[in-house]
Amino acid sequence: MEFITDTLPFTLPIVFAVAMISVFMGLCSYSVLAERKVSSWIQGRTGPNRTRLPLLGHIPILGNILTRLGIFQPVADGLKFLFKEEITPGHVKTTYYYLAPVLALAPALTTMVVLPFGRYVDPSGVVQPLVLANLDVGMLFILGVSSLGVYGIVLAGWSSNSKYPFLGAIRASAQMVSYELAMGLAILPVFMWSAAPGSDYGLSLFGVVESQSGWLWLAFWQPLSALIFLVAVFAETNRLPFDMAESETDLVGGFHTEYGCFKFGLFFVAEYAHVIMGSALFVILFLGGWNFLPGFADPWGDSTFGAVLSVLWFTGKVFAMIFFFIWVRWTLPRFRYDQVMALGWKILLPLAIGNLIFNTLLIALRDTAGF
Amino acid sequence: MAKTKVIERKPLTFAEKTFIPQIATGLKTTMKAMFDKTVTLEYPEQRPVIPNNYRGVPTLVKDPNGREKCVSCQLCEFVCPPKAIRITPGEIDAETDPERAHVEKAPQEFEINMLRCIYCGLCQEVCPEEAIFLQDIFSLSGYSREEMINKKEKLYELGGTLPDEHHKWDKKKAAEDAGNAH
Repeated sequence: MEFITDTLPFTLPIVFAVAMISVFMGLCSYSVLAERKVSSWIQGRTGPNRTRLPLLGHIPILGNILTRLGIFQPVADGLKFLFKEEITPGHVKTTYYYLAPVLALAPALTTMVVLPFGRYVDPSGVVQPLVLANLDVGMLFILGVSSLGVYGIVLAGWSSNSKYPFLGAIRASAQMVSYELAMGLAILPVFMWSAAPGSDYGLSLFGVVESQSGWLWLAFWQPLSALIFLVAVFAETNRLPFDMAESETDLVGGFHTEYGCFKFGLFFVAEYAHVIMGSALFVILFLGGWNFLPGFADPWGDSTFGAVLSVLWFTGKVFAMIFFFIWVRWTLPRFRYDQVMALGWKILLPLAIGNLIFNTLLIALRDTAGF
Repeated sequence: MAKTKVIERKPLTFAEKTFIPQIATGLKTTMKAMFDKTVTLEYPEQRPVIPNNYRGVPTLVKDPNGREKCVSCQLCEFVCPPKAIRITPGEIDAETDPERAHVEKAPQEFEINMLRCIYCGLCQEVCPEEAIFLQDIFSLSGYSREEMINKKEKLYELGGTLPDEHHKWDKKKAAEDAGNAH
């Protein structure tokens, strides 16, 4: 017993981390399912509806409903990736070829460390975030680490030693660099408003959510920032309409053309991890995180149940954003490469800078005028 | 020469230049499509409607009285472009079918090699007895080459009975009863 209490400070974080990773990976696989289902509904199809697990799938009515919804499909997908024959093409640079999928997935999973996903009230009555590491520079951490994900793509493209992956990787890296600027500049006004001088929060994501607890979600207060950030997130996650890294119509499969089985699975999971992170970030920064609705006080109480409710509400918002990602995918065609660059450099970046200057002046004016 | 009509293009308004209203319209369209009825046919359980003139797997049919229609004239064998049909002619057993025995023949064996068949329908076209029909079976598979050769029994099983307008044997019987056979 004493051993357990002594080692608790070390084991508890590990347990939390493992729990969060499992939940996150589960979310990833189910967002793949969501992608397939929503895509097929939009296209007038039914989507995966045959996979049935032995016991669970044979519960009289529920089993049928679950099967029709494709709930068991991710199991089949994952097993397929796991058990396929590992093929390494002869012309690749082996070390980097194996390293690339890991490098793609690791940053995507690392960013979730600083992602607050709910709140609880500690015994002294202070509202605390539910998060693995409540960094003061959470946003900076996410921006820094998530952009490391492009290394995975670049390495994959280069080590594949083949022209289509190479082109895909170059496009992806150029796109990431271009949109990172606009993204960073777009969220500066958000933090300028949410973390006033003297507040304890700084670049903490928890602070941003707490600052939106009143009626003012930042999406209404900073619509331009929200729009630029949203477009940049689409670009950063390599989702349509910014599908430059894959561009399957002209580059076969883009950067992962030479990858198969589980290595491809890792890229696949990484892509959806980025989508979930992007959605969660947008919800935290602009849609009030786990705050109920603008103008309503949070109905979550001080109890543990309240904490659970806040997590559920936050997850619901994230799901809505993921749905939005998929919805946009089937609405907009892919940009041409030069259009992507033009949009990033000629429109979003100047807009973001202008927005930053405008907000700075507004804050300066407010402070000098004293209202 | 027709005159070229120059269409005047209005300059885009500010809202149109941002593309945001257009994107919103697009999103509305896709959302509407999401709640439309699906067009998927869930294949093994649901089958498509096969039109009447469809040329599926060639089959042998019997007449409404259950008699073999094929008289093993071998016309289909001769006409078959890929030489998929092979017929071994045989006699009709006099004890089981005295009426038809020594009048016409029947195939002792009738083979259609489905690995060769090109579904052209010439056999059906050429058959004077209307005994061979390309019906609505469109999916055919097997594990070996032997399995892909349809034998006589299989052909009759697939073909079944089709409605017949001629009733050759009934007419013959009626004529005999009326006293003017042949």
